[in-house]
Amino acid sequence: MRITQGTFSYLPDFTEEQIKAQVRYCFDNGWAFSIEHTDDPHPRNSYWEMWGLPMFDLQDLHQAMERLEECRKAFPQHYIKLNGYDRTKGRQTTMLSFIVQRPEDEPGFILDRTEAQDRRIQYTIRSRSRSAN
Amino acid sequence: MAGSNNSGKKKSRWAAGITPYAEMGYYEADYEPKATDILCAFRLVPQAGVDPIEAAAAVAGESSTATWTVVWTDRLTPYEHYQAKCYRVDPVPGTDQYIAYIAYDIDLFEEGSIANLTSSIIGNVFGFKALKSLRLEDMRIPPHYAKTFQGPAHGIVMEREYLNKFGRPLLGATVKPKLGLSARNYGRVVYEALRGGLDFTKDDENINSQPFMRWRDRFLFCMEAVNHATASTGEIKGHYLNVTAGTMEEMYERADFAKDLGTVIVMIDLTIGYTAIQSMAKWARRNGVILHLHRAGHGTYTRQKTHGVNFRVIAKWMRLAGVDHIHAGTVVGKLEGDPNAIRGYYSTLRSNKIDADLSQGLYFEQDWASLPAVMPVASGGIHAGQMHQLLHLLGEDVVLQFGGGTIGHPDGIAQGATANRVATEVMIQARNEGRDFLNEGPEILNKAARWSPELRKALDIWKDVTYDFESTDVPDAVGTVTVA
Repeated sequence: MRITQGTFSYLPDFTEEQIKAQVRYCFDNGWAFSIEHTDDPHPRNSYWEMWGLPMFDLQDLHQAMERLEECRKAFPQHYIKLNGYDRTKGRQTTMLSFIVQRPEDEPGFILDRTEAQDRRIQYTIRSRSRSAN
Repeated sequence: MAGSNNSGKKKSRWAAGITPYAEMGYYEADYEPKATDILCAFRLVPQAGVDPIEAAAAVAGESSTATWTVVWTDRLTPYEHYQAKCYRVDPVPGTDQYIAYIAYDIDLFEEGSIANLTSSIIGNVFGFKALKSLRLEDMRIPPHYAKTFQGPAHGIVMEREYLNKFGRPLLGATVKPKLGLSARNYGRVVYEALRGGLDFTKDDENINSQPFMRWRDRFLFCMEAVNHATASTGEIKGHYLNVTAGTMEEMYERADFAKDLGTVIVMIDLTIGYTAIQSMAKWARRNGVILHLHRAGHGTYTRQKTHGVNFRVIAKWMRLAGVDHIHAGTVVGKLEGDPNAIRGYYSTLRSNKIDADLSQGLYFEQDWASLPAVMPVASGGIHAGQMHQLLHLLGEDVVLQFGGGTIGHPDGIAQGATANRVATEVMIQARNEGRDFLNEGPEILNKAARWSPELRKALDIWKDVTYDFESTDVPDAVGTVTVA
């Protein structure tokens, strides 16, 4: 299955040029750029591993793409996402977050149903990924 | 008018009988509103022969301390403090209408109560015989008063962080047909729409607990659909479970059940009343559940230009009351909505500090003092082919709801959902790349439709659907003159 978290998951995977255009948009807005990766993209996994700190001062597209390449090399079978973060008052949150690498085979999730009383069901979603189990 | 006194001689303020409101202190041309005052702009049409200033003073009087005759018991109070003061009356050029600006001292209102605020300000005056018509156009809520309210249970930022959805409008659909589906069939629509790519589905305002589908059954099937779709996409999904009911006790019971099932969001209708809305907003914050409000019934008093309460005022009350979502117009869809007026509603809901801007119907500046923002919802007759216009007009902090535009897709509900999601993402991509997406919109969509058959079908079937009717409620031309 193809997980559809992230701003652009319904589009064909971005080319390097298309990724750069989105990173440039983050720079132009003054947003801090960051890279995160995981092999457990559970919908509630808020904390993917950070590939270094958010790059608050980075304005260089070339360097941004280099950092991404390093992360790809280190974790070729992980999900990787790029984030743009806006620190301005009242916002102070992520403004853009999109997946730029996926494992060849996306293992997906298991939906566990535990029957409780009065027809109620407790749902638990489990990742099929290795590290999560 | 009732208080007209044509003797020519100004009588004592305290003489028994009837004294014009303007002479009783409800009109004060040189009054400088205090930072703590609540300010109102009313659009009024006086009856023939009634002086507009006296009519405006009467509105100030009847919405604060006055009654129809002089009462000596006023003298037991510092009445100057408690009297609302009309401080400006502007004619609206080319009409028989006037805009009256009225200041109310903050002491007139109970903290944290929309019921009290509205009982004062719109409680009695709308039936006043000396007025042909009256409309509350806007209010300035000072931070001192705004801070006595909880405000949105979560707000836009918290909602996005909770749902893990950034950088694009959220997408929803109202389940159709709105009445008659069994709970099991209803859940099917929810599952298909969510697995196809929508973030939310929604009960309609009149889906509560009818003979064809009782609430508990609906909740169970919808949560099966939500969890199934979440597992099959890896994305957090939600269905607005409408907990509207006849009593607070029943609403709490339904909301608690929804929470126990793990829903991220519940829904209420405006028809439940302001106090019930505030109670549900407290419930929503206490329980970590997003609160969606459908503005059912608002058109009865918001739509006509010379009567009722403008929607921007309802929007302010609802931000204070504490909802996370509110329907606020689409511009391009099937329901009333002038573009400038809707821009004004959207900034009222989303911004922290808003300047006065008569072109958008914003009569006052508004400082929300960090009260969380409300997510506007655009719903009613919109489809994927309008994505460039929707993004241009409404921005990205909005829920776009495509009910018919999802469920009516010829290939199926999931395909309809995918078409909408593809259209959204491709338009955001184009915007971020710096393209002139408004003008290139159709081209951007058509290009995506080459690889997305779902979008191709959607564009073909709805290409000619537009709702091009004149709005009944548009802001006045800018530049009114001061008569007072």
